[in-house]
Amino acid sequence: MAPHTEQLTRPAAVRLRGLTRSFDGRSVLDGVDLDIPAGQFVALLGHSGSGKSTLLRAVAGLDHEVTGGGELTAPERVSVVFQDSRLLPWRRVLDNVLLGLDGRDADRKGREALAEVGLKGRERAWPNELSGGEAQRAALARSLVREPELLLADEPFGALDALTRIKMHALLRVLWEAHRPSVLLVTHDVDEAIVLADRVLVLDHGRIGLDLTVERPHPRSYRDPLLGEYRERLLAALGVTSDVA
Amino acid sequence: MTISTSTSTSTSTNTSTSTSTQTSTGTDTAVNAAPTVAAVGAVEAVAAVEPVGAGDGSRVRRRRRRGLAPGRPWPASRLAGPLLLIALWAAASAAGRLDTGAIPAPWTVLKTGVHLWTDGTLTTDVLTSLERAGYGFAIGLVAGVTLALASGLTRTGEALIDGTVQLNRAIPTLGLIPLFILWLGIGETFKIAIIAIVVYIPIYLNTHAALSGIDHRFVELAEVQGLSKARFIRQIVIPGALPGFFVGLRLGVTGSWLGLVVLEQINATSGLGYMMFQAQNYGQSDVILVGLLIYGVFGLISDSAVRLIERRVLSWRRTLSS
Ligand SMILES: Nc1ncnc2c1ncn2[C@@H]1O[C@H](COP(=O)(O)OP(=O)(O)OP(=O)(O)O)[C@@H](O)[C@H]1O
Ligand SMILES: [Mg+2]
Repeated sequence: MAPHTEQLTRPAAVRLRGLTRSFDGRSVLDGVDLDIPAGQFVALLGHSGSGKSTLLRAVAGLDHEVTGGGELTAPERVSVVFQDSRLLPWRRVLDNVLLGLDGRDADRKGREALAEVGLKGRERAWPNELSGGEAQRAALARSLVREPELLLADEPFGALDALTRIKMHALLRVLWEAHRPSVLLVTHDVDEAIVLADRVLVLDHGRIGLDLTVERPHPRSYRDPLLGEYRERLLAALGVTSDVA
Repeated sequence: MTISTSTSTSTSTNTSTSTSTQTSTGTDTAVNAAPTVAAVGAVEAVAAVEPVGAGDGSRVRRRRRRGLAPGRPWPASRLAGPLLLIALWAAASAAGRLDTGAIPAPWTVLKTGVHLWTDGTLTTDVLTSLERAGYGFAIGLVAGVTLALASGLTRTGEALIDGTVQLNRAIPTLGLIPLFILWLGIGETFKIAIIAIVVYIPIYLNTHAALSGIDHRFVELAEVQGLSKARFIRQIVIPGALPGFFVGLRLGVTGSWLGLVVLEQINATSGLGYMMFQAQNYGQSDVILVGLLIYGVFGLISDSAVRLIERRVLSWRRTLSS
């Protein structure tokens, strides 16, 4: 991981050494080594079933019942965005954002977070009155209001339509620039990964198979021809050739 | 458990009846619209294509699709059926088609009701019955909720309580009457105890099922958001279990009236059922009908009250009936 020496002067937000996880004796993560410096935006690609969610859940500390070992360091304040918005249907949007938050100005922070994701005025709406994209934005607000040092997202836009997804990409990048948490974004969409992330990882056979730094300025365009080279390399690492037929 | 089973069937029949009447209006339109809609989910495409091929513009106008939900409820629609029944009854009586000894006219029943009310006997009987049902229901409600919370939220509680309640459920509650009379005497206590059992079982079962069936995704969310155990229960488990609780509550309310009727008809020395039992001995079918009507009104009012509370508390739910 030579390209990152200059960033390693900052404390690593996430540090994994020899992380293993297995289900019923079948190894899914087979010694993952990974450092994510504070404030870096990382995307994680991999085949379906390659263990992306398993890795993310391990970092989130959500895998109490999974066997495995290794060394894992993660920050104190971690937020997770799931593929579904996971809003509690019986709490209004603002109360969902404030779930688990304490303090006198929690309410103000919650309103600000909702305004940031463009949901100002929808504070008192019920979750099932929101569209899919709005619900996912509310979920983003809920994860940001806690000022996370690390934001974990498991295919957060997987259930959205293509147009909404592009808007959400821009929003996520803007939010990241404003708050600068470290991000680990799990996705199966190569374009999403190279447009959003500064560094793209490919999980392969239980290890990080490819670790690619994307050096293009933001905001990036999907049509940027220079991104094509990254796309080729990632698709090759995923065992896919880009030309159809 | 015979009791709560039969109640549950009767409630579900009510709902399905009202739904089916309203869907039938929807079906008409669906039949009309059928030729215009080529394939399910292709409404947009149909609208775009049709004006081109259509000669007379009248048939192609795209209808707004009728939803599958039964549609907006009519105001006070619940009363329509009962009112129609009463009208038929009145008409048949007026036409002299009914044997007045078996089925007296509505106005005779009304007159008897007013008479019984003014001379005070009815008031006493009604109050006695209400008191029994009320106490039994209150005890059953508290017991059902407490036991459900204890067994739904703790493993010890589940080990001790759930199996016991399932056992209790397997014994038909009315079969307990002779034993309870031996234990508690033929006074009020045994009646209240039986009603309480009839009420607590459906409340326990539904609340417990809802508590233990909490969506795993919400558990995960609570962990991610760093909720304490107490907050998790207060903000996620309990609100999530409320819909189940209300199902149990409605079964419990109906159950309390059913238990009451049975107890008062078999082992009564006072109350509405006793009044009807006496009337049977003297062949006063009008008095029996007065009693039945009052039971019916009680049932209707209490069920509506629970529905009203349910709608308030669960206002976040957009269901078919809203
Ligand atoms: N709770 C579990 N019990 C048993 N096996 C599991 C469990 N969770 C995951 N697995 C297995 O571990 C492997 C990796 O799963 P994981 O969900 O991490 O894949 P993924 O990379 O996120 O895939 P996808 O892109 O489809 O979401 C899969 O083969 C899966 O079947
Ligand atoms: Mg996954």
